Amino acid sequence: MLQPWVIAVLSAGYLLTLFAIAYWADQRAERGASAIANPLVYALSLSVYATSWTFYGSVGRAAGDGVGFLPIYIGPTLAACLFWVVLRKMVRISQVNRITSIADFIAARYGKSGLLAAAVALIAVIGIVPYISLQLKAVSASFTLLTQYPDVTRPAYQVVPMLADNAFWVAMLLAAFAILFGARHLDAAERHEGMVAAIAFESLVKLGAFLAVGVFVTFHLFDGFGDLFTRAAADPKTAPLFAPFGKAGFADWVWLVVLSFFAIFFLPRQFQVAVVENVDERHLRHASWIFPAYLFAINLFVLPIAFGGRLAFPGGVDADTFVLALPMSHGEPWLALLVFIGGLSAATGMVIVETVALSTMISNDLVMPALLRVRALGLAGKPDLSRLLLGIRRGAIVVILLLGYGYFRFAGEAYALVAIGLISFAAVAQFAPPILAGLYWKGGTRAGALAGLAAGFALWAYTLFLPSLARSGWLPSGFVESGPFGVAWLKPYALFGLSGLDTTTHAMILSMLANVGAFVLVSVLGRSRPEEQTQALAFVDVFRREGDVTRFWRGKTTVDDLRALLARFLGPARAADALAAYARRRGVSASALAADPGLVEHAERTLAGAIGSASARVMVASVVKEEALGLEEVMNILDETSQAIAYSKALEEKKRELEAATAELRAANERLKELDRMKDDFVSTVSHELRTPLTSIRAFAEILADNADTPPEKRQRFIGVILKETERLTRLINQMLDLAKIESGRAEWNTEALDLVELVREAEGAVGALFREKGVQLETEMPEDFPPVCADRDRLMQVLLNLLANAVKFCERGRGVVRVRLLHEPGRVRVDVIDNGVGVAPEHHERIFEKFRQVGDTLTDRPQGTGLGLPISRQIVRHLGGDLWVESELGRGAIFRFTLPLAETGVGDLAVASQAAVS
Amino acid sequence: MREAARLNARLLALFLLGAMLFGYPLLAVFNVPATVLGVPVLYAYLFMAWAALIALLAIVISAS
Repeated sequence: MLQPWVIAVLSAGYLLTLFAIAYWADQRAERGASAIANPLVYALSLSVYATSWTFYGSVGRAAGDGVGFLPIYIGPTLAACLFWVVLRKMVRISQVNRITSIADFIAARYGKSGLLAAAVALIAVIGIVPYISLQLKAVSASFTLLTQYPDVTRPAYQVVPMLADNAFWVAMLLAAFAILFGARHLDAAERHEGMVAAIAFESLVKLGAFLAVGVFVTFHLFDGFGDLFTRAAADPKTAPLFAPFGKAGFADWVWLVVLSFFAIFFLPRQFQVAVVENVDERHLRHASWIFPAYLFAINLFVLPIAFGGRLAFPGGVDADTFVLALPMSHGEPWLALLVFIGGLSAATGMVIVETVALSTMISNDLVMPALLRVRALGLAGKPDLSRLLLGIRRGAIVVILLLGYGYFRFAGEAYALVAIGLISFAAVAQFAPPILAGLYWKGGTRAGALAGLAAGFALWAYTLFLPSLARSGWLPSGFVESGPFGVAWLKPYALFGLSGLDTTTHAMILSMLANVGAFVLVSVLGRSRPEEQTQALAFVDVFRREGDVTRFWRGKTTVDDLRALLARFLGPARAADALAAYARRRGVSASALAADPGLVEHAERTLAGAIGSASARVMVASVVKEEALGLEEVMNILDETSQAIAYSKALEEKKRELEAATAELRAANERLKELDRMKDDFVSTVSHELRTPLTSIRAFAEILADNADTPPEKRQRFIGVILKETERLTRLINQMLDLAKIESGRAEWNTEALDLVELVREAEGAVGALFREKGVQLETEMPEDFPPVCADRDRLMQVLLNLLANAVKFCERGRGVVRVRLLHEPGRVRVDVIDNGVGVAPEHHERIFEKFRQVGDTLTDRPQGTGLGLPISRQIVRHLGGDLWVESELGRGAIFRFTLPLAETGVGDLAVASQAAVS
Repeated sequence: MREAARLNARLLALFLLGAMLFGYPLLAVFNVPATVLGVPVLYAYLFMAWAALIALLAIVISAS
């Protein structure tokens, strides 16, 4: 006989042990030596997933339908394959954004929407209430059973006053415990190291207790697995469970896998331990196999215990209590006590974490936003709200447990443990579409998430929650059996005629269809606000971002305002800590902090840890006079941008100009270098040309000076040479000056209408002596009425004389004939000076017009001219608007031709005319 | 980066393997009232496949 006080004392002792562990872990955390910072503890804390449902309910379910309990653990195993992919992303996002609850997560993803946060919090609270009641039911039932040791028959259900109901006292005890663990003080990051350490320890206790009873049943009551199953196979009642799947069985199985797959991510307590309490995201790696291994271990003996129970108790014993009843009925009080403690640890672990997670949501997303909005309370102006916040948390924990108790008292009796739990799972599964899509799809919108959640939750409530109340008599029973108002297609368990399915499968199919459908449809059809788009990017691309992202913020505030704001919610000490931490990270002293966007962002995140992201945004906005990004600002930003673009264009332009200028300069430089070289050439040529006559003059002059007795005839000849050379020198210098004048454009030109025939005759007269001297004949061929040309008389004469002198120079003495011919061509006249001399080779036709270029063998022949006659002549003719060239072959004489414009047409017209002729 | 992508791909493959192992129609194959070493075939299969999946998960994760 186990006295209730023995059980109570043992339970209290166990709970005190837990508290000691939590205290120890908290102390270590204070010292910075975290006790939970390893994958094993992390995986054990994830195992808070295994609750009374697992501990007592799995066996109950297995005793009824064989493997029906298993999908609840297969789903999380499949999910564990994706922990590193999906859960790590959630952890990273939550740590970057200081997210502390699932409501906060969804709200933050869709633009920090307060409405969405409230909706999620509400769904979570309502959805989880049955789950809490399940724990209360398990603890109170196991307690009641244990007190009637060794009798294991189920006591008849009787309504007792609330204060006499041990379930009520269990609820209150658990509430006190949850407050001690999770709401003793406020933590900006909502981290509870002590709680996590206690949870991990509880996971070990419940596993140990369950394995102990499993081994006891399998190897003590029976002779191993083979013996147990062989005897079960012989029993016609249990044999069918060996192949339990009926026609619809697979669909139910698959949906339960899906359901539990979602649950492991989105149950508030799983989110709390896996995401919020995560110390290091690398722990996820090994936790992804340790956690399913734990589930495997705790399920290994479910079937043996279930079959053992079925074989041991023909009837009258609730299958949900087999785990406890088997050791009791076989006279093992201490094992029974261990099992009770194991069940207690499973329940307390779940209730503590779940209520802490839910109370965070209730205070941050439901109560505080509402209170802050009620101006009559004047909360927005109160200096310290941290005590109020803590009070709300504690109150919320009590309320949640009372709700759980209420559900247990009024609806729980009608259900097995697993069936109650599945109602909660299906509610939490509604979070899957907005979160999973939110992690990978940027297109989801706030309106879409709201619509999806509303539709999914409504269908969940209609197909699972309301019927559960109806069964307990709170709604007319006809509601379930024949539909509301007798409308058959509205029957909650066969909505729209969808029948033949398990109630959970039925609810899941309908609510998921509605949820996903509404979410996608509304998202695609609607538009998202800029804030939503920023958050979508921050979530989906969280791994692509480096470090903290500073938001674009145009606002003004002071550090003191921010400190005061933080102090109101966190208390002055923690507020100072938060600012100091930021200052440390930025490498400045706390007093030198400036209220820049980074600090505002930090304050908002810190605050988000305490009151949720949506509320934090509102509160920060209240002290930061964020200037609404109006049209003007946008125009300014655009203006700045376009100015920048204009500058850059101008720079490009300048660059191009500079490049062009550089190219020009380079070309000019090349030209200058060329000119310089030409000048050098010219100077050396000129000095050479000048030296030649000077040398001979000097030589002859010296001979005369040194030899006074030179015979007179010889002296005469020498003086003649000197004179000739002097003349040549003079001519050379004159011509050089002439050429320089013409080339530089400083020469004076007296252009007039000239009679060319007369000019030629004059020239003929001038060179007559020279021709006669050389015995060269000069002929002229001139029409009678030749038109006048436009030219400078003296210059033109110079050209004629040059050409004639040139011609006579290369003619053979005595046989030479030089002919001058005038021709009248359209718009101009042509003058040919034809000789029958040595001629000019075609390759020299242009060279002879270069300065000082004298064709012929300069070594043997003495230069016969200055080498400037032809260049000067060409310059003159070209200046007068004509051209001068030579047509000749070596040994066949030469024709020097030049053209001149007619006096009436003028220079410009001639150019036009010649162009016309060419084209 | 490529190492990380490979781990992700392997984990995804394991997830798909698990979905196949614990889904229809493979379960239907083992849904027979026979026993192996005294243990019902379906139960034996489910726990073996489960253990194998966890072992593979541990190997894949430890290897990277």
